[in-house]
Amino acid sequence: MTAKVTVTATAIRVETPLRRIVSDFCGNPVAVVGLVLLGVILLLALFAPWLSPQNPYDLAQLDVMDSRLAPGSKSPSGGTFWLGTDDQGRDMLSAILYGLRISLGVGIAATVLALVIGLATGLPAAYLGGRTETLVMRIVDIQLSFPAILIALILIAVLGQGTGKVIAALVTVQWAYYARTVRGAALVERRKEYIEAAHCLALAPARIVFRHLLPNCLPPMIVVATVQVAAAITLEATLSFLGLGLPITEPSLGLLIANGYQYLLSGKYWISFFPGIALLLTIVSINLVADQLRDVLNPRLQR
Amino acid sequence: MLVFIIRRSLQSVVVLFAMSLLVFVGVYAIGNPIDILINPQADQIDRERAIAALGLDKPLWSQYLTFLTGALSGNLGRSFVHSTPALGLILERMPATMELALTAMLFAIVLGIPLGLWAGLKPNGIAGRMIMTGSILGFSLPTFWVGLMLIMVFSVELGWLPSNGRGPTVLLFGLVPVSFLSVEGWRHLLMPATNLALFNVALLIRLTRSGAHEALLQDYVKFARAKGLTNARIIGVHVLRNILIPVVTVIGLQFGALIAFAIVTESVFAWPGMGKLLIDSIGVLDRPVIVAYLLVIVTIFIVINLIVDVLYSALDPRVRLTELKG
Repeated sequence: MTAKVTVTATAIRVETPLRRIVSDFCGNPVAVVGLVLLGVILLLALFAPWLSPQNPYDLAQLDVMDSRLAPGSKSPSGGTFWLGTDDQGRDMLSAILYGLRISLGVGIAATVLALVIGLATGLPAAYLGGRTETLVMRIVDIQLSFPAILIALILIAVLGQGTGKVIAALVTVQWAYYARTVRGAALVERRKEYIEAAHCLALAPARIVFRHLLPNCLPPMIVVATVQVAAAITLEATLSFLGLGLPITEPSLGLLIANGYQYLLSGKYWISFFPGIALLLTIVSINLVADQLRDVLNPRLQR
Repeated sequence: MLVFIIRRSLQSVVVLFAMSLLVFVGVYAIGNPIDILINPQADQIDRERAIAALGLDKPLWSQYLTFLTGALSGNLGRSFVHSTPALGLILERMPATMELALTAMLFAIVLGIPLGLWAGLKPNGIAGRMIMTGSILGFSLPTFWVGLMLIMVFSVELGWLPSNGRGPTVLLFGLVPVSFLSVEGWRHLLMPATNLALFNVALLIRLTRSGAHEALLQDYVKFARAKGLTNARIIGVHVLRNILIPVVTVIGLQFGALIAFAIVTESVFAWPGMGKLLIDSIGVLDRPVIVAYLLVIVTIFIVINLIVDVLYSALDPRVRLTELKG
């Protein structure tokens, strides 16, 4: 009797939330392509030192004779520059792989920090209400009424340049999105019965907020965080392009593009073109994944 | 209505005051412009004379008070680099930025709303799907890189359009220099404006599409059909009017964003607007110009938000301005 039940159970496969999300996500082939592309990009960035043909920042490996070669040119020392070289004779393919690492690293670091700060302010605001809520939300409203690029530029003007400062600027720009989103989600969750039950058990407020409220507010936060990683990467690239972002020792994709700007007018397109394509593919793949996640995690669209 | 505008204006003064304090203290807390402005070989006496001439020897609160009293009479300080009033420098550059932003907004409206309507009315058609895929691309493309690619194709490869500058300007009403009155001016304006418009085209497509999609399911559309109205009238009058409410809000709010994003486009195309002035000023720590730019742009934002709220009530009779909390 017991054996029979087990057989049917495995045959049907229990529908867990994770399985549902995975199967829903795979319903859209474009999103799956985006996810695969994103996975490949992440792997390329992670293993850049082992995958790239040369270390673009090891001066011993560079040769000025190789500078500004067109894509596909042969190097005198053997090997092919598939994507050409820049003004210092760097292989663009290697520079892009290293640049991806820096761009993704900065984008993800900023997003995680902003997410934590947004949660730490938005959740208590929604749970406590009253003055705390008014204060936090007023700051959020004022900040969101100005475009991100403007706030980032003001901060860079005030803080000065450097990797840490760029991350600080990105975090300051982004925390408000998370605070607003999590507050919205928490206001709905707060009125549900499990929170009431937690109150009846006389649990500490911090425990209720972080152990009970937080996990149930996470789905919309995942969507916002995905979109914001793309936004952070774009913003960092823009700042670096304007010469106000990462220092020259941390060449992100934006800096590589800026570097090729001056050679564009003489027809040497590849120094700017290929880093831009890498940036574009990264952002498009993240946006495709985020778009599908939004549909999959939206409770109103659940069957 | 009048009460609303007066109350909002008073609030705006408070916001402006707070912003001026924040920006002033923030910008003045960093770096020492003297290091950049003065010849490093200058002796101590020269240095001190220059510091005194710029008013940098006084304590911060006293500098701020000087700034504030000046600001009340429209004097936002003199540029360290150009030695002319900072506000004058910005106002001189403002027509170029405004022209760029307005043209970009026009492009976005002319392209975005019809394309969005099309995608919303025929969501399953090939054109509709292509428009939506295109809009994702419009969101994802980094503005500055698209600008570079436009230069690469239209200036370098094809040689059709100039890659930088504003070209010859014509005085409009004998006052404002503009490019759009001459063919050469349009040749300069076309690429930067398209570049700046791109994001907003994508945004308006998405907004109009989802609006049209929802509106078509409403009872008033069914009722209009039952009344035997033509399709053109249903879409042109009933659907469009209801879609326009969020669209106008976003157009208004995005106009401010366009002025801010013009910073990037102006840098790519060497367009002589106030955004380029800001980037140049940050580079040389020209504090009065940075502070003046930020105050000017905050004022622009406040005015835009006010206009959007008033327009909103004109389009949607359900909204009463007195009920809106500024």
